[in-house]
Amino acid sequence: MKLMISSQGESLESVPNLRFGRCPYFIQYDPSDESCQVYKNKAVAESGGAGVAAAQFMIDHDITAVISGRFGPNAYRALSAAGIKMLTFDQSLQTIQEVINAYQNNLLTEVA
Amino acid sequence: MIKSIRIAVASGKGGTGKTMIATSLAATIANTRAVQLIDCDVEAPNAHLFLQPCIHENNPAYIYIPDINHDKCIACGKCVRVCEFNAIAMLREKILVFPQLCHGCGSCSLICPVDAIQEQARPIGELRHGITDSGLDFYMGELTVSEPMPTPVIRQLFAYTKAPSDIVILDSPPGASCSVVATVYDADFVLLVTEPTPFGLHDLKQMLGVLAQTKAATGVIINRDGIGDSSVDDFLDETSIPILMRIPYQPEIAKRLAAGQILTDFMPTFQQKFEDLLENIEEMILQEERSR
Repeated sequence: MKLMISSQGESLESVPNLRFGRCPYFIQYDPSDESCQVYKNKAVAESGGAGVAAAQFMIDHDITAVISGRFGPNAYRALSAAGIKMLTFDQSLQTIQEVINAYQNNLLTEVA
Repeated sequence: MIKSIRIAVASGKGGTGKTMIATSLAATIANTRAVQLIDCDVEAPNAHLFLQPCIHENNPAYIYIPDINHDKCIACGKCVRVCEFNAIAMLREKILVFPQLCHGCGSCSLICPVDAIQEQARPIGELRHGITDSGLDFYMGELTVSEPMPTPVIRQLFAYTKAPSDIVILDSPPGASCSVVATVYDADFVLLVTEPTPFGLHDLKQMLGVLAQTKAATGVIINRDGIGDSSVDDFLDETSIPILMRIPYQPEIAKRLAAGQILTDFMPTFQQKFEDLLENIEEMILQEERSR
């Protein structure tokens, strides 16, 4: 399974970014082998529809669950239609590693 | 038939007096010429509040959005890639459309190799036509609240106003984005209303940047003259853009406008100024045409 987390920077020590469509980076994490991959979010520069463009990126990368601060209505519609889980964190989590830990301890809220 | 002259009244900064100028110019010259006024500020139209036209025709305005025939669709993804606005997403086997992101450009239905996309008309606003007591031919568009795309309404408004007239006055939306570009695109002359403040100057420069890519001649009206600083004057001194009129800052003018009155009605001395303004504009359009 693959997780994707919206991030401010490019490492596990980076601050998580609360916005899904317009975060600067996505960090992909696979719990089975603890591997990571960093992607620049190309949707950040879109004049409109960033949420849909970012959701399309998740679909194309076969992501199982997306973790972010919040999801806009268009991103929500695309991700849920594609059957991708959405989980949210809040500002209490300071690094991507903490987000991953919270995920593994089932502390993240799933968007219904 | 003589081609009608299209004069757009734009500003960049909002609240500089576009509608005051557009309605005064229209009301003054309607005495001698066949004039149309088109309120293109479809997100917040207000020229009708001044001109009080009797509206006798209402028509819906549409945006044409893709309707996917899933039986025909082969999920090739061409429509997703051609869309500049991220209005179409491709799930694993299915296409999903986001109507509010669609600009109605039609590229998706053109590129579809299996003809699976039909354009479906979605109403997003209204086009209105009326006439004022003084015989001014009046048009306006109004975008439905919560709809995000004003430009299709403006384009349909132009298609809707084909009746011939000598002068067409376009009351532009504020700003310098798509809806303004759609308004000034075919104008012969763009009258830029500004105020002598750093905001006024900043947005005036943005509009001049937009107009550098059109064929229109241009001139400036300084409203609320006397407030702010001299930066607009200083800037224009260094260009060939003329200042065509100055309207002094007077609380009395603001009060009367807020009550829905037309400047040239409560200050008739301005009528001559607007007649001269039109003469100037016509001369500048001729010069521009000759220089091309």
